[in-house]
Amino acid sequence: MSGIQLDRLSKHFGSVAAVDEVTLQIQDGEFFALLGPSGCGKTTTLRMIAGLEKATAGTIKIGDRDVTTLAPRERDIAMVFQDYALYPHMNLLDNIGYPLKVRGIPRAELQQRVTEAAQSLGIDHLLNRRPAQLSGGQQQRAAVARAIVHHAQVFLFDEPLSNLDAKLRVEARGFLKHLQRQVGVTTVYVTHDQAEAMALADHIAIMEQGKVVQMGPPLEVYHRPRTTFVASFLGSPPMNLLRGQLDLAARQVRVNNAAISLEQFRGWDRLVEHAQQNVNVVMGIRPEHLTIAQHEIPQSLTGEVYAIQPLGAESLVIVQIKGEPVSVRLFTDDTPQFSGRVWLAPDLQRVFFYHPDGELIA
Amino acid sequence: MEQKPPILSWQSGALFLVPAFLFIAVFLLFPFVWIFYLSFTNQTLLGANAANPQFVGFENYARLFDFDSWLNRGQFGSALFITAQFVIGSALIGQVALGLALAIVFFRRKGILRELVYVLVIFAWIIPDVVVAFSWVAFLNRDEGTFNAILSRLGFGRPDWQLEHALLSVILFNTWRGTAFSMLLFSSALATIPPSYLETAEVAGASAFQKLRDILLPLLQGHILTDLILITLWTFNTFSIFLLTAGGPAYRTEVVSIYTYRIAFQFFDFGQGAAIAVVVMLINLALALIYLILLRRQSVYT
Repeated sequence: MSGIQLDRLSKHFGSVAAVDEVTLQIQDGEFFALLGPSGCGKTTTLRMIAGLEKATAGTIKIGDRDVTTLAPRERDIAMVFQDYALYPHMNLLDNIGYPLKVRGIPRAELQQRVTEAAQSLGIDHLLNRRPAQLSGGQQQRAAVARAIVHHAQVFLFDEPLSNLDAKLRVEARGFLKHLQRQVGVTTVYVTHDQAEAMALADHIAIMEQGKVVQMGPPLEVYHRPRTTFVASFLGSPPMNLLRGQLDLAARQVRVNNAAISLEQFRGWDRLVEHAQQNVNVVMGIRPEHLTIAQHEIPQSLTGEVYAIQPLGAESLVIVQIKGEPVSVRLFTDDTPQFSGRVWLAPDLQRVFFYHPDGELIA
Repeated sequence: MEQKPPILSWQSGALFLVPAFLFIAVFLLFPFVWIFYLSFTNQTLLGANAANPQFVGFENYARLFDFDSWLNRGQFGSALFITAQFVIGSALIGQVALGLALAIVFFRRKGILRELVYVLVIFAWIIPDVVVAFSWVAFLNRDEGTFNAILSRLGFGRPDWQLEHALLSVILFNTWRGTAFSMLLFSSALATIPPSYLETAEVAGASAFQKLRDILLPLLQGHILTDLILITLWTFNTFSIFLLTAGGPAYRTEVVSIYTYRIAFQFFDFGQGAAIAVVVMLINLALALIYLILLRRQSVYT
């Protein structure tokens, strides 16, 4: 087992940089998620780690070995694809055992190891079925079983759950994380589903246009997004982002004609520094850090109730402020009873200010 | 499952079938029955038997299978034997195997070489028969032909292809002529295989040979069988050799289709010709059945 190091790894397709100088340290045995929208370069990065794409520049190390130019089979990895890639002409035993077969493992040992892998995923009773005779969830488990059967140093997952329906997906998250903890193999997991990445990973790296924009433990990234892109990608619904102007003299920020005092704000100095060049900022606030009231409260924004969505443990209130939707999350047992004009007060300890370009100021 | 009501009543459905059925009846069913009938008579074009053909029982068939002479040149057995060599050489080894090899070699490759090979192979396929035949005759000509000009430059002498290697040259001709179909069929079949199948194998550590044996060939099995059926039947029945050699020299390239033509339309022995046609039809049927049974057996997983 071993960690992975990417050093200024790039991949160009013609003049397009699909992956642009990505540098990452993935620790031995950790569950690492590459998260981003489609086309951000996460899958290309994974495929370069696998050796299925040639790197244009940069290096890839697995453990102490520089594998940048090695063929996939020399890298000692296992990969699960989005479509599972189970061979329709082989039964499950042969499918899961295929990595062992090509390594010349004797049939008896192959059968034993396949059975063990299948047992750990609860599909050992299906070994003489063909993939077409299995459900989506069973196929997905079979693909994972094939990945763990030959004890590779690194697991690579390319959106392995996105072909499952919502309920199975949540279930599969559970067994994937449990399994990874059990075998303790360094895992790189590509997904566009932020909830999946947060739920599974020890560290996540968020990619945008071929670059890693932020990396860290999921909650750290969630609670301190470094750009508006990250802020708007993590969380469901994501962070509310509102344009505003700083008023240095009054020590406040104006958002849609409401003025909010920043007397107590922790990062006022940095805002002052920023305001010397540009008074425009973007204020970010998570839906759970807004207080909503039917009557006017101090330090608040005002808008009209647009929709109320009870979700069970929590409820969402969508408020329109000057045509822009702002989400508020409430943890109540009852359906919130708001209507018409409401006031929203942000928790100033939890507010972030971003440069209009997207960079975090404070 | 719930049965949906048909769009048309069966009467109006039948009405739509009538034109097609008439067409098939006139051009397929009637000749079929007529040939069958003719094969038991001594019908000829000219002479006494032309006006009053007589029923001769299995005489025509007996003449075909006269085992004392049937392997002599110009006899039915010899024609069958030549056809078998021609089919194995130009259909199985030539078109199917070469087409498969080309498709696999150029699978997921791009570049000028692939384009060049594909264009040339497809070109050989779309030129009209007559043009192709004459250019091959010219190409293989002993004294003036391009092929011998090349060979003699390289120091291989000037063999008379049409005389000394007549069967080999028609086999080469037919391979060259028809490989495009198999190549295109296998190329498009390969294109339907998800890339992840091969990538999974690659990551798992499979060599190029293992990928071919364990993944590509099993997944192509159905296409290979279908291609075999079509190519075998087409090659068995092809007549374009006639344009090249007319079956000669001395019947050495006389395949069954040319033999039938000679008996029926040069000797005008319609009864005998019909008997050959019936036998050929039965052989074709047997070949098709064998392939169809194989096809059914291998398609259990899909």
